[in-house]
Amino acid sequence: MRPGTLPTPPHAIVIGGSAGALEALGALLPALPSGFPAPVFIVLHLPRDIPSMLAQIFAAKCALPVTEAEDKEPIRPGTIYFAPPDYHLLIEQGPYLALSVDDPVNLSRPSIDVLFESAADVYGRSLLGIILSGASADGAAGLAAVRSAGGFTIVQDPQSAPMPLMTTSALERCQADCVLPLDQIAALLRRIDR
Amino acid sequence: MDAEIEPAADDGTGGCAIEQRLLLEAIYQKYHYDFRGYAPASIRRRLETAMGRMSCGTLSQLQDRILHDGSAFPSLLDTLTVPVSEMFRDPGYFRAVREQIVPLLKTYPSLKVWVAGCSTGEEAYSLAILLHEEGLLERTLIYATDINPRWLEAAQAGVYGLDRIAQFTDNHRRSGAGRSLSEYYTAAYGRAALDRSFKQHIVFSDHSLATDSVFAEVELISCRNVLIYFKHELQSRAIGLFREALCRKGFLGIGAKESLRFSTHEPAFTELSREHRLFQKKEGA
Repeated sequence: MRPGTLPTPPHAIVIGGSAGALEALGALLPALPSGFPAPVFIVLHLPRDIPSMLAQIFAAKCALPVTEAEDKEPIRPGTIYFAPPDYHLLIEQGPYLALSVDDPVNLSRPSIDVLFESAADVYGRSLLGIILSGASADGAAGLAAVRSAGGFTIVQDPQSAPMPLMTTSALERCQADCVLPLDQIAALLRRIDR
Repeated sequence: MDAEIEPAADDGTGGCAIEQRLLLEAIYQKYHYDFRGYAPASIRRRLETAMGRMSCGTLSQLQDRILHDGSAFPSLLDTLTVPVSEMFRDPGYFRAVREQIVPLLKTYPSLKVWVAGCSTGEEAYSLAILLHEEGLLERTLIYATDINPRWLEAAQAGVYGLDRIAQFTDNHRRSGAGRSLSEYYTAAYGRAALDRSFKQHIVFSDHSLATDSVFAEVELISCRNVLIYFKHELQSRAIGLFREALCRKGFLGIGAKESLRFSTHEPAFTELSREHRLFQKKEGA
């Protein structure tokens, strides 16, 4: 594999993060060019009860359409979906989106593990999983599931993460294909449709 | 997308997907609980929990167990229908019911309400308290239905852990209530028992949105965070039951992230509140 290139273009991307990840997404999502082929699913840990402004915040900065995930919605290519606060986001065979109010996983709802594990079941080796900055171990099992289904895994370099616990937990649990600072993750995403 | 890209790993023919379908079929044939129309990814997580609790290494082992050991099934059913509710969950919904629906309900001489998928009763008691506060409970009968007899028993008891009461109280306050939730329960031994007076207006009973039909005509249906666990076809079946059960111009409330969009019955309803997912059945629909 050429450094900084994915072995195959992914059919879908899952991204997880908590503290410090909002800034990271601010660097990554605007890098995705219009016409980007894959859907992007994101779980960001947020306080419940507060209506999420994430979709509006990023819609203004991104070339791709950004939306909060709706239950049973068919998945469109080149669309960025955020998990709504207080709901788990899952990918179902179809593919379409599904939500659940099952108990928090790793004290989190939405949980990164729940999204990544369900997406790994559906997309298998065509999935790209990215773990960003965060102060929780959520996402470690999910990234391991992406990897064991044959998907490609990237972890933000813990040195560059404001809160490194999430990235170090992921790296302890599974060996990621790449450990990169944000600008290099962004560069890699930008090359996907080439 | 590039036509040369390899297909997704699991198109429903993977080992686990096959085992899951067979297990749900076995549950249906032996115990008549129909989870075949449920969204598979959430069911899969719950089945994994059950496998851990019941020390089964695979779904096939779990199937073997429940087919040959009748005493194992209630535990699996509990895991598949795990309660996830709380009182006055999404307070804005109850505020909208108070402000938009209650004034119209007041024009009816008597009221029937259906809480579909009531689990351990939190939603049914929340509506009973709300209707009491609005002066409507005396003329109301609430049908609260669920598929798990153990949850219906717990719902009938109306007793909740005191550790949950702070959240319930905060939700209730934000639902536009003029009173404190503490007026409605007695606390002892780490538990809060709701006043018996509410139970007199609630009938808890067994009913499946997947296999049963309509049992009464009602003015209001509240079914929140149940439809998200269903696939499109079962969602449509459930919404069809609601349409049939609702009286002329009756009201339907669903979960904050649920929608009627993927059901064939959407045209039968008018949206009253987009934010709080309140609908009214159209005249003649």
